[in-house]
Amino acid sequence: MGSSCPEVSQPRPRTACRTGPRRPCRISGGIAAAGRPGARGETPGPSGGSVAVSPESPMDSRMDPAVSAVRLTVREAVHTLSSSEDGDRILSTLGSLKRYLGGAENPALPGEQEEFARMHFSALLRCLVGRLSPAWLELLPGGQLEAPWASFFLEGPADQAFLVLMESIEGMAGPSFRLMKMVQLLAQFLGAGRVAAVMESQCWQLAEPAFPLLQETLLAKLVGLPDHLGNRLQRENLAAFLPQNYFPLLGEELLRVLQAVVDSLRDGWDCSISFLSQVLGKACVHGRQKEILGVLVPQLMALTQGNCLWQRVCWRLVECVPDRAMEALLTGLVEAASGPEVLSRLLGNLVMKSKKARFVMTRKILFLQYRYSTPMLQSLLGYLAMDSQRRPLLVQALKELLETWGSSSAIRHAPLPQQRYVSKAVLICLANLREAELRDSRDELLASLMAGVKSRLDSSLPAVRRLGMIVAEVASARIHPEGPPLRFQYEDDELSRELLALVAAQPVADSPSEASPAVAPVAAEAPDRGSTEGGGVPAQAEGAGSDLDSDDDLVPYDMSGDQELKSSKAPAYLRDCVEALTSSEDWERWEAALQAVEGLIVRSPAATREVSVELAKVLLHLEEKTSVVGFEVLRQRALVAVVVTDPAPVAEYLTSQFYAINFSLRQRMDILDVLTLAAQELSRPGRLPKAAQVGSPSPASPSSSTEAPAWRVVVEERIRNKTRRFSQGSARRGPDAGPNEFSLVAGWFFFPLIQHFDRPLVTFDLLGEDQLVLGRLAHTLGAMMYLAVNTTVAVPMGKALLEFVWTLRFHGDAYVRQGLLSAVSAVLLSVPTARLLTDLPDELLEAGPWLADVAEQDSDEDCRVLAVKALLLLEKLKDTLLPLTPP
Amino acid sequence: MAASPLPPPDPCFVLRGAQSAVHALHFFGGAQGQVHPLLLSGSLSGLVHIWSLQTRRAVATLDGHGGQCVTWLQTLPQGRQLLSQGRDLKLCLWDLAEGRNTVVDSVPLESMGFCRSSILAGGQERWMLAMPGRGNDEVQILEMPSKTSVCTLKPEADAKPGMPMCLELWQADSSPRPLLLAGYEDGSVALWDVSERKVCSRVACHTEPVMGFDFDSQKARGVSGSAEKALAVWSLDEQQALQMCRTHELTNPGIADVKIRPDRKILATAGWDHRVRVFHWRTMKPLAVLSFHSATIHCVAFATDGLLAAGSGDQRISIWSLYPIA
Repeated sequence: MGSSCPEVSQPRPRTACRTGPRRPCRISGGIAAAGRPGARGETPGPSGGSVAVSPESPMDSRMDPAVSAVRLTVREAVHTLSSSEDGDRILSTLGSLKRYLGGAENPALPGEQEEFARMHFSALLRCLVGRLSPAWLELLPGGQLEAPWASFFLEGPADQAFLVLMESIEGMAGPSFRLMKMVQLLAQFLGAGRVAAVMESQCWQLAEPAFPLLQETLLAKLVGLPDHLGNRLQRENLAAFLPQNYFPLLGEELLRVLQAVVDSLRDGWDCSISFLSQVLGKACVHGRQKEILGVLVPQLMALTQGNCLWQRVCWRLVECVPDRAMEALLTGLVEAASGPEVLSRLLGNLVMKSKKARFVMTRKILFLQYRYSTPMLQSLLGYLAMDSQRRPLLVQALKELLETWGSSSAIRHAPLPQQRYVSKAVLICLANLREAELRDSRDELLASLMAGVKSRLDSSLPAVRRLGMIVAEVASARIHPEGPPLRFQYEDDELSRELLALVAAQPVADSPSEASPAVAPVAAEAPDRGSTEGGGVPAQAEGAGSDLDSDDDLVPYDMSGDQELKSSKAPAYLRDCVEALTSSEDWERWEAALQAVEGLIVRSPAATREVSVELAKVLLHLEEKTSVVGFEVLRQRALVAVVVTDPAPVAEYLTSQFYAINFSLRQRMDILDVLTLAAQELSRPGRLPKAAQVGSPSPASPSSSTEAPAWRVVVEERIRNKTRRFSQGSARRGPDAGPNEFSLVAGWFFFPLIQHFDRPLVTFDLLGEDQLVLGRLAHTLGAMMYLAVNTTVAVPMGKALLEFVWTLRFHGDAYVRQGLLSAVSAVLLSVPTARLLTDLPDELLEAGPWLADVAEQDSDEDCRVLAVKALLLLEKLKDTLLPLTPP
Repeated sequence: MAASPLPPPDPCFVLRGAQSAVHALHFFGGAQGQVHPLLLSGSLSGLVHIWSLQTRRAVATLDGHGGQCVTWLQTLPQGRQLLSQGRDLKLCLWDLAEGRNTVVDSVPLESMGFCRSSILAGGQERWMLAMPGRGNDEVQILEMPSKTSVCTLKPEADAKPGMPMCLELWQADSSPRPLLLAGYEDGSVALWDVSERKVCSRVACHTEPVMGFDFDSQKARGVSGSAEKALAVWSLDEQQALQMCRTHELTNPGIADVKIRPDRKILATAGWDHRVRVFHWRTMKPLAVLSFHSATIHCVAFATDGLLAAGSGDQRISIWSLYPIA
């Protein structure tokens, strides 16, 4: 025994010398030998082991005298301890037992120590726990008993001590002296680094019969310690047992054990780290990745740097984590690792060895979840790219990512943040792959890319379209660099910059072509700058002759706005304007007419009314013949002005044109926009009441309008005379109250639009492909509904609108659904409460569950928010009614 | 050096309330204890507004031209006296001292043209006034305040320069003889020796009438603008001969007024294209195009502290602060 285990007092060699690859998680000496050639030769022979003795083993008879001696001594001691009230005797008994723990001045034989530790230690500890009481501790003055008592827990075999401690703490009912003592002892135990000893002991017991069960218990107690203690102690819990303190400690202890493992491997000893993996995995499953990995990863990062042995231990550690804990551990690791190199050092080729790991890394993180940050994605995909064995996985991932990215079903149903996440992953993959690899699967990639671009550009959500444009530009340039580059127009915003930076940030090794354009501008700029300087000098010299004041520091301002003034060809009359817009071949005149038309309409409403429909027709069919700045805006504002000036006929014309055959989608959407803006303008309170006479040319109106101010003046004058005002300054009047002008014409705007949506034309199918227009229509109708507040027509409008919403409520396009939901809110806001209940009770009853369903389950975030808002309005409506109903 | 140019500047502030097109501007500074100079503006409706640049409001309104356009404003160096020329054929002399605003004297004009008058006042009691004369192409010189006619400057019979369009009386440092620069309808600028009543020199600068010019007597150089698309820079040599130096092309035709800043660093033009253009006076390098107004700009003026004012047909006066005087 002594020959094979030179350091008997150390726990490590005590049980180490077993042979054979029993457990899959062992790190065999072979690995150590690989790290340190020749180490194998120094390992002691396998025969020396006499350690894992079980009562049935043949060695039992040989050890019999020692065994019985130990048993006798311990039994006597236990008897003394449990019955004696004599402090000195107890102290001496404890001292005599201490021999078996080793380390004393005359330690017991190793065999006896072994036997004591294996058979009697737990029983003794339990006895010690049982005796613990204030009176017992005071049998000797000055707390002389306490130190030796505690030393058994702190110095004896750690695993048993730990189990007894936990067991006794859990077993005690309620707060008591004994409980507090035990808790303090446990804190001492943790503080003394005994957790490392607990775990270390499990690394050497390669094949113990009761092993799995014991390990299971130990594992549960080790990882669940904060929970157990928290439950037990409630508010009196110690800081050391709080998870945020305990798990970092556990991480440190793990490291210490790993250090010991590495040392022993270097010395050629076998050991198993599967227990450590289990501890790590379980802690991660408990959701403590941050705490434990926050300690482990930085240290491991430093230790594995250029150290093969450490790397192997680390790989092994991760490999042995049970499958059920793999995901928790890997996501924690990806989060904690600072880059692909680190991840690669820590994980090795784990994805190739473990199916579960591969699933987590290449599917779960990429496709099923989307909460991870961009740096995490970068280190994950970078990890896949770092080894030639793993690169096929990256290509595969790119293929699948692109497929998902382009699948029209995913586009419709996946939430926007996930789409953004997948787009980022695609771009990072592209940045990591080489051109040769991309070329090999170009056809496949291009096919899914193109399909994706098509379905994305079809989408009615601008954000989805923009993702499509950005990714398509970048991906096509990388996948098919020879082809003509794709170019889209999209605004340069934070998202696009972030996405483009993903590709630009990582320099791809084998594309020298990318480097050259960066150099070229610098080279081109240098001579250019020289020439401007050269040009500046003579001018200075020329002027410097006359006087010497140095006023060349007058820096010119930007003068790019200094354009030639357009000759004043703007028509002064509306009819001229119409003529110029329809038939003029003089483009300057045409532009001037376009710029003048809105002002003319506003200035002369009477003249406008004469030609209103004709003018609306001209403006609607107007094409951008020259590149006038702000053509769209000018045209739109002119159209809005026409509608506002003469609402009924023009609105009738426009709504009829909305469902006419020969229009582009753009024009149809323009019609909707114009109608909305005009309705808004008409319903705006405080407009000048100039259009008021449109619908009612009654003879009574002029007289009443002249009379009303007269009496009001008189009344106000009287009031002013009799009122003393203490405040200074003129009394401010609020905006004048006036009738909602939209109310007279709302029907002209609304009903023609809502009538024909379900009748497809050859060129225009609202329920089919043209869902973008349908969405816009829903929004427009909602807006009109909202603007028709306080009008009599609001009730039939609301009824029609709710029917419209009901037929389309399960539309697949998120933009359409958003429009419908806002329309519901508009109905709830605009129709008077009482009328809602008397006229639309069924519709509202039906809408409730649908809204609740959307609010919970819709994939689009905006839809959910809108549904919640509508639901709130509905609830508010109920609240206002409930007090009325009971009496 | 490669930095992008500064964005075009905005006006410091805008004076509104003239209520008709602004045709004349004049800064009236240097009054005792007054930090902010006053700005005088003459409008199409015949009113002269006095603006405080501190409160940015009109402090007073002078109505002396019977609703006819005020074309020229000038203050006299001594006393607080203001000369205003209106299209009602009257030159009014106002007393502004101690809050008064009354017409103390007026000079009848005999020309219906647009020509602005000019004075030469060296701080003495007597000063000289040049104004368009009775004849179509005459310039009349008066001695003020006695209103005695000194002479009438009439070009030679065969010259036919048309009406005088703008005048400037000045005196070279070297000699006490008063000189008169006059821009004429045919686009030429002539230098008159007032005491000898003869043209010293004449140079054709433009093909269109000269609308405005300014002369830098220290550098003996002047700049003029006309209805055409160019600015002309001319100089005066020791023999009192005018010479064309260069022309500067503009984007849009029509300059109503040209002024050189008192420190002779920059000059500003009032454009018919609604824009004020600022140039480096020595090099004629364009420095800025100030676009704010929405109608023809009729006049520009510089204050001694460098503030620039522009009055326009859109009834607004914009005040700009560019390239501050060090």
